[in-house]
Amino acid sequence: MADPEIKSYEPHHESQSAAVTESRPARAVLMVIVFAFLGIFLLLPLIIVFKEAFAKGIGAYTEALGSPDTRSAIRLTLLVAAISVPLNLVFGISAAWAIAKFEFKGKAFLTTLIDLPFSVSPVISGLVYVLLFGAQGLLGAWLKAHGIVILFAVPGIVLATVFVTFPFVARELIPLMQEQGNGDEEAALSLGANGWQTFWHVTLPNIKWGLLYGVLLCNARAMGEFGAVSVVSGHIRGLTNTMPLHVEILYNEYNAVGAFAVASLLAGLALVTLVLKTLLEMRYGAELAATRGH
Amino acid sequence: MTTAPAQAGWRFRQPSVIPGFGLTLGFSLAYLTLIILIPLSGLIWRSAALGWTEFWAIATDRRTVNTLEISFGTAFVAAAVNVVFGTLVAWVLVRYRFPGRRIVDAMVDLPFALPTAVAGIALTTLYAPNGWIGKLLMPLGIKVAYTPLGIIIALVFIGLPFVVRTVQPIMEEIDKEVEEAAATLGASRFQIVTRVLFPGLAPAIVTGFALAFARGVGEYGSVIFIAGNLPYKSEIAPLLIVIRLEEYNYPAATAIAAIMLALSFVMLLVVNLVQTWSRKRYG
Repeated sequence: MADPEIKSYEPHHESQSAAVTESRPARAVLMVIVFAFLGIFLLLPLIIVFKEAFAKGIGAYTEALGSPDTRSAIRLTLLVAAISVPLNLVFGISAAWAIAKFEFKGKAFLTTLIDLPFSVSPVISGLVYVLLFGAQGLLGAWLKAHGIVILFAVPGIVLATVFVTFPFVARELIPLMQEQGNGDEEAALSLGANGWQTFWHVTLPNIKWGLLYGVLLCNARAMGEFGAVSVVSGHIRGLTNTMPLHVEILYNEYNAVGAFAVASLLAGLALVTLVLKTLLEMRYGAELAATRGH
Repeated sequence: MTTAPAQAGWRFRQPSVIPGFGLTLGFSLAYLTLIILIPLSGLIWRSAALGWTEFWAIATDRRTVNTLEISFGTAFVAAAVNVVFGTLVAWVLVRYRFPGRRIVDAMVDLPFALPTAVAGIALTTLYAPNGWIGKLLMPLGIKVAYTPLGIIIALVFIGLPFVVRTVQPIMEEIDKEVEEAAATLGASRFQIVTRVLFPGLAPAIVTGFALAFARGVGEYGSVIFIAGNLPYKSEIAPLLIVIRLEEYNYPAATAIAAIMLALSFVMLLVVNLVQTWSRKRYG
């Protein structure tokens, strides 16, 4: 496959003087170190997941995945992602519109606040909701009096997931929309389009790949979140167990095949995410924000 | 970007023909406040309500101090390991051309994409005394799983992409002419790397270190499986928060969380200062 990132110096790469690249043995040593490191730290964990999942054959694997508790964990994980990803998608577009299209006081501070969840431990992200909604929490008594259940139930799990995946879409769109500027929108408006038409027909097509990229990362984290969800879930089997929590329960019960079977689905999700992410970067690299990664 | 005309005086925002400012900013602020700011202030409010004596008693409790030492210590070592190997990985990905480079490049993001619980049980299985790697280390007398060393392994896994993805774009921007100029002036390859390339990369490396460190301090899912979680030996601070919560000891959970947040912010501040300093120093 052709590498789209053709750099001007590449054709002369081999003929370059030793001073601008390492000597051949040095390069070989560096490559071996890097490959060994990545092999041990990235490849082996991935291999062991599938090896353990199929340790007792395909029958045991499908049986583990077919159990009612596992099925309910899968359903809950899909449900939680289906609620929290769209919420953060709408927020991401809205925040990026306000921040990228306008100049206002306190913009830098607002951008910092949006990134805040990334510097908070997942356990603390869950804890803050326990302090708010728990029996001893600030709103605990009021919620109980009105029969509203948030903690140790789906709403709490959704809230914790929304918290940890909060910045993903916004931080992808803000630099992208800043880079693109306001020219297209100003042209559309001067030609008589209203604000909504401008967004729908001009801005959205411009940002769609960046948006997809952000959603992809947001979804991977939403489905895989463990710490924050673990604190608010209450671990009720068949009810408030997401897939990552179910992995923990099965593993602690010494049900290795079961734990790794569920883990293999999550690992599969991670691989699909990585493939799609790489394809997006290869195809639409220029249209994605220059400041990629985390 | 237009700058405000002086006679306009103070205004909250610059005039613009683009509509929707009030709606989008209003919605964003409301959502941010509800999801992030109110819950986080709840934590600060609760820990402030503890009172100094109670807070100090929890903060200086031997187990609390121990878990914080373990969390920050292992995260520091793991981030340092990642600085060395992450920079090497970035270098090889940016400078060398080899078959499968794109796949290796994509693989670096695996720790971002792989759920932490999956990473946790996979690493534990690998490093357990009967695991693929644990078996090899056993005769050497090295125990990884269920020791602080295991925590470091998990945090190296989690932190790697932070260093690579911070350093890589800066490396790609390095102008080869600078190296060529240094070479024509008689610098050796070693001198070019240490004197010409490294100073330019230092701010990115520091940032990568800080991001990996901050993530490592708060990490929970990948660590609790491999750590063994022995109090005073291999128990991390986020786990102690969970344990205190399960005991319904809200004050202790709150206080430990507040200490962790405060330490993390102090650290980010220090890193920002280092970055500003190194930008000034090396331009």
